Amino acid sequence: MTDVHVPDGFINAPVSLAAGAVAVAGVAVALRGARRELDDRTAPLAGLVAAFVFAAQMLNFPVASGTSGHLLGGALAAILVGPYTGVLCVAVVLLVQALLFADGGLTALGVNITVMGLVTVLVGYGVFRGLLRVLPRTRASVAGASFAAAVVSVPGSALVFTAIYAVGGTTEVPLGKVAAAMVGVHVLIGVGEALITAVTVSSVLAVRPDLVYGARGLVRQLELRTTPPTESASASGASA
Amino acid sequence: MTTKRFFAAFLLVSLVLAGIVSFYASAHPDGLEKVAEDKGFNAKERDHSMKDSPLADYGVKGVGDARLSGGLSGVIGVGVVLLAGGGLFWVVRRRGSSAPAAPAPSTASQDA
Repeated sequence: MTDVHVPDGFINAPVSLAAGAVAVAGVAVALRGARRELDDRTAPLAGLVAAFVFAAQMLNFPVASGTSGHLLGGALAAILVGPYTGVLCVAVVLLVQALLFADGGLTALGVNITVMGLVTVLVGYGVFRGLLRVLPRTRASVAGASFAAAVVSVPGSALVFTAIYAVGGTTEVPLGKVAAAMVGVHVLIGVGEALITAVTVSSVLAVRPDLVYGARGLVRQLELRTTPPTESASASGASA
Repeated sequence: MTTKRFFAAFLLVSLVLAGIVSFYASAHPDGLEKVAEDKGFNAKERDHSMKDSPLADYGVKGVGDARLSGGLSGVIGVGVVLLAGGGLFWVVRRRGSSAPAAPAPSTASQDA
């Protein structure tokens, strides 16, 4: 099993440091934002989502001859437990992988958190929210938006990695060709990511729709039609 | 499905994926690794500084059987991530607002 994130030595020291600063800032913002997403019930759920992302990342699936891919999980985590918490889920997974499993270089941790945590969540959750705004409020829409979010998040992540490589790569390589190859193979990986994400979100929606962060508006409309409309769960408690 | 039962089922799925299904995962290089090989930008790749970790490369050092070694490392990883992540999220969470039945006049100000 060679589950490989960005190793040490791909990106030079200054750019690795800069990516580290971006990652630290991103995680700090996520820590502040996650407070609003987490309560006594969703905190353990978020821990389980992080554990699920770790498990799913071990499952490399074949995408082309001699090439595999695995879940990144940013879009999935953001949809299930919220974007801020989603960033933290991926960051915890990457930290454990780098420290215990020698997967993903320690000096590349900032690059990995930026590319696989921040970018996948920003792109994935952005696409997800955007689509839900125009789609009908059904479970099928949530599943479809999850698929689309995940499928876009993976090549998006690959593209940002290539941009980082363009600035701080340690080897002289034709960047256009690298970008094309990275996006090409990661579109295929994105389809796998999208299938896993859509199936997982749909499964949770089927048994406990109230636990899917990204489907909150949907669930409230379906379940609380008899009560006066309220702005949010916490506001309903306060205004009652 | 009760919350407790749902959490247990979710954990069980993760344990089965990491502990059993992972053995059947593709051993081919992933997208990044493959492109790095093909285009030659892995020339300066260095060995991992944790390569002697007892769990390095998703195996448990000293366990000879590949299926057992990989599966065990996956189960340990799921446990560590759950404890680290769950612990972090438990500390970060907002307090005392999960019970909608309780009047929570302080919630709004806590949120700010």
